[in-house]
Amino acid sequence: MFKHIFETMEGVSIYPIFSLLVFFLFFVGLGLYVFLLPKKRREYMENLPLED
Amino acid sequence: MQNNTQQSSVGALEQFEYDNKIVKAFLIASVVYGVIGMLVGLTIAIQLFLPEANFENPHTTFGRLRPLHTNAVIFAFVGNAMFAGIYHSTPRLLKTAIFSKTLSWIHFWGWQLIILAAAITLPMGLSSSKEYAELEWPIDIAIAVIWVVFAINFFGTIVKRRERHMYVAIWFYIATIVTVAILHIVNSLALPVSFTKSYSMFAGVQDALVQWWYGHNAVAFFLTTPYLGLMYYYLPKAANRPVFSYKLSIIHFWSLIFIYIWAGPHHLLYTSLPDWAQSLGTVFSVMLIAPSWGGMLNGLLTLRGAWDRVREDHVLKFFVVAVTAYGMATFEGPMLSFKNVSAIAHYTDWIVAHVHVGALGWNGFMIFGILYYLVPRMWRTELYSKSLANLHFWVGTLGIIFYALPLYWAGFAQSLMWKEFTADGFLAYPNFLETVTKIVPQYMMRAVGGTMYLVGVFIMIYNLIRTAKQGIFADADYAEAPALPKKVNIVGGGWHTVLERKPFIFTGLAIVAVAIGGLVEFVPTALIKSNVPTIAAVKPYTPLELTGRDIYIREGCVGCHSQMIRPFRDETERYGEYSKAGEFVYDRPFLWGSKRTGPDLHRLGGKYPDSWHYNHMLDPESMSPGSIMPAYPWLMDDDIDYADLPKKIRVMQQLGVPYEEGFDKEAVEHAKKQAEGIVASLAKDKIKTNKDKEIIALIAYLQKLGVDIKQK
Repeated sequence: MFKHIFETMEGVSIYPIFSLLVFFLFFVGLGLYVFLLPKKRREYMENLPLED
Repeated sequence: MQNNTQQSSVGALEQFEYDNKIVKAFLIASVVYGVIGMLVGLTIAIQLFLPEANFENPHTTFGRLRPLHTNAVIFAFVGNAMFAGIYHSTPRLLKTAIFSKTLSWIHFWGWQLIILAAAITLPMGLSSSKEYAELEWPIDIAIAVIWVVFAINFFGTIVKRRERHMYVAIWFYIATIVTVAILHIVNSLALPVSFTKSYSMFAGVQDALVQWWYGHNAVAFFLTTPYLGLMYYYLPKAANRPVFSYKLSIIHFWSLIFIYIWAGPHHLLYTSLPDWAQSLGTVFSVMLIAPSWGGMLNGLLTLRGAWDRVREDHVLKFFVVAVTAYGMATFEGPMLSFKNVSAIAHYTDWIVAHVHVGALGWNGFMIFGILYYLVPRMWRTELYSKSLANLHFWVGTLGIIFYALPLYWAGFAQSLMWKEFTADGFLAYPNFLETVTKIVPQYMMRAVGGTMYLVGVFIMIYNLIRTAKQGIFADADYAEAPALPKKVNIVGGGWHTVLERKPFIFTGLAIVAVAIGGLVEFVPTALIKSNVPTIAAVKPYTPLELTGRDIYIREGCVGCHSQMIRPFRDETERYGEYSKAGEFVYDRPFLWGSKRTGPDLHRLGGKYPDSWHYNHMLDPESMSPGSIMPAYPWLMDDDIDYADLPKKIRVMQQLGVPYEEGFDKEAVEHAKKQAEGIVASLAKDKIKTNKDKEIIALIAYLQKLGVDIKQK
């Protein structure tokens, strides 16, 4: 029955691929950003709670 | 990439204060309500082996006290401590005073009034019956208003900040504020019948999906994200070293909020929820282990090289157990989300043990650690007694173990008894009650564990009061920092660095992250009609049945009885045909329940004569010797209140229930006529009563349960 719902939606085949892409790209981007994070910035952020 | 933040923010030093009074108020409220919430919890734990401990009073009976316990612990104990921590850490992380002291106090007193309203209305039986969202609509509106006050105060503080970059704790607070608002508003949508009664906008399967999208994410965004924020602030503070990995905290944050919001349907595995939604819930719940453990490891590894201090430092001790409990609960959660594990654990005490590892271990011990950290500092003194703090730590830790282990044992044992068949193919324990009486000893042990935990809290209170008495409370701490220039051009720093400077874009993205999961699961179920196949034989409740159903809701029967038979051989053998989505289309709210302290009731209709129900409600032991169900004698004495019935019918019509036009005017007559039939059937079994008693309506409802499609 649920197959039928999805079969009747237009262009439904793109949905799962699109979802996967969104997730994949988001986390790849996040991973890249984190990997490339400059040390100075990281240390600055890390020490914020210890300052006061 | 160039970082010139520090240079750009150099300006004249400004002086400002950190308000300690509001932190103190929230902390005291947290402790006071914590004690009340735990005492109520202990009371209902005792009622499970000593039903008379309800004092034969409707207001103190399990069904009504259970939501009071959960609400008090979640929203009063954990909620107030969360606000204390946020009001303490946010200004310090952002180097500014709180946006508005007036808003702080409106927030404080508003929240306490809401808790007071809950403490009054829940024992009165005024309940929407949706777990952790039981409060009726006027209180729901008050919660929304106070939450907005909190949000304005919080985001106002961010706007006024002198530290351009938002530390990871602040992100968790932002996610908490926006997501709780969304969850609360959507799940509370209801049409009022009167000031104290409303019907959910959603019915049956949809109501269940919305409720557990809310329920699960209340755990995520009320009990988890704010406390992760607090962990990222107080754990480094207490250890006096930076968090293990700032990089990990970025990944932790985004993946946690991205994934958590999808996991709700794991509360509904093997129910009538469409399969695709169940599968989504499972997949995302399993994925959730990664960010959860990332966060846990980030917390524990912050102590790398400082583990020797855990032996000496009572604050760190509490934090370590808290984070460890978080790790255990967030490992167990994904495991419980596998369908085959859920098949065993769901409806049993295993789940109760699971949530208490979270509540007592994670939230409770985080709060105690924060209290031991803050009170000496705010009162400008040392802790009165370290050995008492250590005693609290051990009594509390052992209390958690003595609480959880018996319930794990009870959960496994009972589930296996439910599912056991004899060699001849019959249920080994055909009488549900047999599986209950066998775990009563574990219920007693659980109460011992709970008592130990509470004793620990009293030790802490004594210690903290003595600490406060020997010190002098500082209304405020003073600090100074240069103002942020109004407009600066900061170049580079990576996109997340930019986000850390732009709180509102950050908030918008956080909303998008949490909205996607909710929409994908919810919209198809709500909009695509064929997701809930209708069954022609299923008819709306008669006025008397509807009245009885509202009594069932008022008494909190859903706290112990499910109405959802899963498609397992042992369940169809024990209860009858498994439950279909189409059977619940008139159920507002849904009453599937989440715990079977008593048997499932979905196919109860027609199973016993009316007189059985009458005698059973009057004295459960007369029909089921050894039963731990409380007696409900007031249902035999109290008259049905029909005043709201016509309005109830009209509200149901508005919600799409196909009552005939003008039926509201005939409803009371209709109900009385049906009641006469039940009175007559009771009279045949020599029970004298009259048609206006509440028990009659309740019997009408119980006899309607599941009969529309009865096949066996």
